[in-house]
Amino acid sequence: MDPFFLEALVNGVLLGGVFALPVLGLNLVFGVVDVIWLCYAELVMVGMYAVWFLYTQAGWPLAAAFAACLPIVAALGVLLHVLVVRPLLHAPPINQVLATGGVLFVLQGAATLVFSTDFRSLGVEMPPMEVGEVFISGTKLAAFLAALAGAAALWAFLKFTYVGTAIRAIARDREIMPLMGVDPRRIYLITSAVGGTLAGFAACLLVVQLDVHPFVGLSFGPITFMICVMGGLGNMLGGFLAAFLMGLIVSVGGFWWNTEMSYVVAFVFFIVVIFLRPRGLFAR
Amino acid sequence: MRTTTTRDIALPLLVLAALACLPLLGPPDYFMHLAITTILVALACTAWALMGRFGIVSFGHGAFLGVAAYSMALLWNLQGITPWIGLPVGVALAALAGALLGWPAFRLRVVGHYFALVTLAAGEIVRILITALRSITGGSLGMTPNQAPPAEAFAAMQMSKAGFWWLGLLAWACGLLAWRLLDRSMTSKALAAVAEDEDAAASIGIRVAREKLKVTLLSAALAGLAGGLTAQYRMYLNPETLSGLGVSLQIVFGAIAGGMYSLIGPTIGAVFTIGLDETLRIGFGTQFIGAAPLIYGLLLVLFVLFLPRGIAGLLERRRRRPGHDVPAAVARGAPGDVAVPATEPPRA
Repeated sequence: MDPFFLEALVNGVLLGGVFALPVLGLNLVFGVVDVIWLCYAELVMVGMYAVWFLYTQAGWPLAAAFAACLPIVAALGVLLHVLVVRPLLHAPPINQVLATGGVLFVLQGAATLVFSTDFRSLGVEMPPMEVGEVFISGTKLAAFLAALAGAAALWAFLKFTYVGTAIRAIARDREIMPLMGVDPRRIYLITSAVGGTLAGFAACLLVVQLDVHPFVGLSFGPITFMICVMGGLGNMLGGFLAAFLMGLIVSVGGFWWNTEMSYVVAFVFFIVVIFLRPRGLFAR
Repeated sequence: MRTTTTRDIALPLLVLAALACLPLLGPPDYFMHLAITTILVALACTAWALMGRFGIVSFGHGAFLGVAAYSMALLWNLQGITPWIGLPVGVALAALAGALLGWPAFRLRVVGHYFALVTLAAGEIVRILITALRSITGGSLGMTPNQAPPAEAFAAMQMSKAGFWWLGLLAWACGLLAWRLLDRSMTSKALAAVAEDEDAAASIGIRVAREKLKVTLLSAALAGLAGGLTAQYRMYLNPETLSGLGVSLQIVFGAIAGGMYSLIGPTIGAVFTIGLDETLRIGFGTQFIGAAPLIYGLLLVLFVLFLPRGIAGLLERRRRRPGHDVPAAVARGAPGDVAVPATEPPRA
């Protein structure tokens, strides 16, 4: 097989791993709180700035910057829930989406104000590896493996902890569970924190691959939403698989045509999927 | 439904005539520029609210602006077809785009979040396509319609500010008229029912997809009109300012801020957003870029939280008194339960 095509396939899978984390976070929040965080990619952007600032400006070791990024974005997620989402829990969905859309502008504006519109780079690069005839970027591979580990950790948290069970239960039936002694307010808060943590984790993986600027969220935000919907909103496994599918489409499309057209193909594919399977690709 | 009285016709005509006199007062160029920009944004917001108030929420209206504006400008630059013909063609193409998107979406019952995200994808597709076809559209650098010789300027729709003001005013009035006519038609009643409960509406014989498509076509065409006129007035087209998520959200914000449930609400919203933009631009200049979107976003959040019916809703609440005719969509209830369909497909 053409080694370049093979390389496109490998890159597609790696890209899917990067999409997977924000998709899981968004899906978790939507599945539990029933609100779409339109500003999710901007939370990731803030996390990327946090890592960049701590590492290059404050002189922290990279690992410490990564470790600090998670609680920072988690706190942001909690703040978002308490200030914006909670008062709108019973409002029409359009109002919820619009309010978080307003937060999107706020975060972009704040980032521009503080860090200007310059592209900031971490300047960390791992050497590429050669497997057969295919070159694999070491950074992308490491990010991919970390994303898989993150997804596995999330699965274990939801599956094996008491709080995780309560979160799954609330997602299943939000009317009954409060009667069983689950406090939805507390669960929503925890879910928002977990959603924020996942955004922070995604930020750590993205900041080594992309330059940070205030509008970086727009480059992967829309496709993240589409992946979520394609996998079925709130369906964690579906979203996870759809992330890889979309990664492959973008990467192989970029190999056949160019990057722009590959996104057009991916978006058209999304629309067709929604028309044919409105509940998502993997709905039963 | 009430009958049309002389007052119903005379009052709007008087207002329109008064507004049309604006350029005769010899206002400064800057003021005229703001007025034209505002009236065109008002048209776009009105177009959005036309369907938005029935819970058909689009995050891709920028696409309709872009389709109409670019087809008009390309016809002129490549084929030499005057925008007087190109604009209607562009508007028709925008409506066609609305149909291509709307018909399958409504037939297959893509509603709520799902519809919003489908339109978002469509808007992005148009933006990327315009950027990708850079050999004819100029890509992200934008494009400029060819300058016509002075003698043929009018024939090429290259006019003074006053000309564009009148043209914009006419288009805006068409938008409001479409709103009024829709309000008095069965389609509006049907859509209000659909917004409450799609299944129930279908069960009493409302052809849900067809009624939704009607209002979508109208909305897409009016948005296209706004896009084409904006491009022709500025004599500059850019994919970022004429399509994509940024523009679409701005239109939505205008409609929400002004109040999407009343006829004049989106226009109030346009005045508000343009006023805000200019104040922020002059107030902060280039010193604090970023302050403007920050305040913008903050206001959007505050509006949704505390004033979901917008500025017009605030005014209406003051003015409403017994016997006063309140449009059906406004009368429906408290701010909390505005018309949004509760019929999302169940999640797996």
